[in-house]
Amino acid sequence: MSGEHQASRLSFFEAAWVVARRDFRAILFSRAFFFFLLGPLFPLVVGGLAGGIGGQVQREAIVNSIALAMADTDNEALLAARQTARETVDGLPELVVIESSVRDAPDFSPETVLRTSDYAVVVTGTPEEPELTGTQLQIDRWDGPVSLLSAMTTGATPTSYPEVTENVLATTASAAKSNRIRTAQAGQLLLFLLMMLLAGMVLSNLVEEKANKVIEVLAAAIPMDSVFFGKLFAMLGVSFVGIAVWGLFGAGIGALAGEAMPTLAEPALGWPVFILLGIAYFAMGYLILGSLFLTIGGMATTVREVQTLSMPVTMAQLLVFFLAAYSMTSPGSPLELTAAIFPLSSPFAMLARAAQSAELWPHVLALAWQALCVAIFVKAGATLFRRRVMKSGKGGRGVKGRVGSTAPADPA
Amino acid sequence: MSRNDDQHKNSLAIEARGLVKRFDDTLAVDGVDISVPQGAIYGILGPNGAGKTTTLRMLLGIIDPDEGLRRVFGHDRPHEIAKWIGYLPEERGLYPAMKCDEAIAFMGALRGLSLDEGRKRGRELLEGHGMGHAIDRQIRQLSKGMAQTVQLLGTLVHRPKLVVLDEPFSGLDAINQGKLEVMIRDLAKQGTTVIFSTHVIHHAERLCNDVAIIAGGRVPYAGSVDAARDRIPAQVRLETQRAKGDWRSALPADARHDAKEGGGHFWYFPIPESGIEALLKRLIDGEAGILSLSIERAGLHDAFVEIAGAAAARQLEAEATT
Repeated sequence: MSGEHQASRLSFFEAAWVVARRDFRAILFSRAFFFFLLGPLFPLVVGGLAGGIGGQVQREAIVNSIALAMADTDNEALLAARQTARETVDGLPELVVIESSVRDAPDFSPETVLRTSDYAVVVTGTPEEPELTGTQLQIDRWDGPVSLLSAMTTGATPTSYPEVTENVLATTASAAKSNRIRTAQAGQLLLFLLMMLLAGMVLSNLVEEKANKVIEVLAAAIPMDSVFFGKLFAMLGVSFVGIAVWGLFGAGIGALAGEAMPTLAEPALGWPVFILLGIAYFAMGYLILGSLFLTIGGMATTVREVQTLSMPVTMAQLLVFFLAAYSMTSPGSPLELTAAIFPLSSPFAMLARAAQSAELWPHVLALAWQALCVAIFVKAGATLFRRRVMKSGKGGRGVKGRVGSTAPADPA
Repeated sequence: MSRNDDQHKNSLAIEARGLVKRFDDTLAVDGVDISVPQGAIYGILGPNGAGKTTTLRMLLGIIDPDEGLRRVFGHDRPHEIAKWIGYLPEERGLYPAMKCDEAIAFMGALRGLSLDEGRKRGRELLEGHGMGHAIDRQIRQLSKGMAQTVQLLGTLVHRPKLVVLDEPFSGLDAINQGKLEVMIRDLAKQGTTVIFSTHVIHHAERLCNDVAIIAGGRVPYAGSVDAARDRIPAQVRLETQRAKGDWRSALPADARHDAKEGGGHFWYFPIPESGIEALLKRLIDGEAGILSLSIERAGLHDAFVEIAGAAAARQLEAEATT
């Protein structure tokens, strides 16, 4: 490209900046921003609604395996009892036998097992005198089933149940995992609510633009990609202002409440990295969803059309959120990997990972992948917009009928 | 390519060859050829739905043609020279909450002008066009005509070399139409190339050096207004007191006759080969009772009928009156 060309147009980012600057100021001083600031009130409502699936996830986190570390014959008796009991009793734990080589090692102890594995409790002793090691919460949850299974080792319909001896620990790997899942859940929910609020604002912004009929002025002067990018980043900037306001407000509440404030377990990557990744995934998630909504807003001509077209995307977004929320309990599973790769669910799934896993490199990879998806979506949206919207005079009302066909005549 | 061809191309602000645009199954533009000389006032004349807006959008790079080539100041990609171009779309649009000077500055910023400079020029332009009182008003507080003027000023604020106006006269009252005509002429005097679309023949006839007549997505004529008018021979318009007499043999057999209320008669016919003087002599000798005689050059409207067909002309007339 010659220097003359460079001087004769704005660069991609300069053009995006012109749009972003206008939108940022317009939105910041609008009523919409006031409602955006009220956004955090919605989590209270939606949080209650999402409690169902959250509870399910929580149960998934707690209903995990129980380790059997009795003598071989006792272990087998308990396994057989479970096999019999499962036909009539729901909610029995999975029983995993600790290998005798491990069990018989000199440094073996139930505490060691719980520190290094995801078992809820470890069962030692004998079926007549079972001993449970774990946190109080887990012991309270599992002492009944263990007592039942121990009693059933003497017959299918026992008349007496052995007393379970409790060996209470302050925490275990399972408890830590459970707490981190709560952190991941909180992060995902916050991410989801912020993104939905913002994407909706982007959509209404573009609809307003079409109603104002400014879009053709923009499209004639700068590439549509720049218009889309500018609009997306303006809204992102607005959201950061909102987050700063909420952050200050939250910090104030926290300072006033002191110890009374509920706390979340520290994520596997630590709070600073987790928060940074949270911001990055929020930005990426919003940019992906926003670019989709922009495409929809760009193609629609009326508010009703926008609502009709955006409904499937909103529903899909809810589904991918639930997918990411559900899959967080099984890191590394095909479902969780799918959620991490699929662009719409990737930010949610990866934020959950940041809470549960200390590995950093998957996040670098995921952020690069999400950035690529944003670029592709924006490009595709801009192309679709140019192809489908600018079809006729009077801005996108469709192709007009052919009129005034010419009588053949010689050109001068 | 000869040196003359090169020079000719370099002097063109816009060159389009064989532009084709389809929307789904509809052929919106079918092989449009246009050459707009630099500094010209160029009109694209045709009824609604003829392909004017689509053609302009292709020329500006808002949409790409399916076939054909377009060059603006020799550049294939008009966005590359966005700073040189000003565009007023048919659908006027401004942000309602913006103040007038901000709106003009924003449009300038889209074309590379700094906001400060844009505001400064915006105020000057508003004052220069009798809208100094509206500088701090929001667009939503303006009348439609005033808002349209603001947008036009925003189109010009970065001092483009090429101004493209899509139906610029629509929605304006007669006074503002007159002001716009003056503005367009002033731009051309400063060396700016102006291309505008219209379905009102009079605007094109009054303003343009060259026109492209577009109908059915095709351009059956592109060239000077004079050449278009010259396609139809000048005709004699004769007004007589009497309708009958020996003198009638001096008129062509197919002369059109309109009886005038109150007794006069109009006759329309091509200039006879024997000349006007011989005709006059026979009319006088035959006591036709000449009330008036004039030689009328065909207007652009007649040329349009001849070139685009009567149906397109009727539609054009209907649109111009609505």
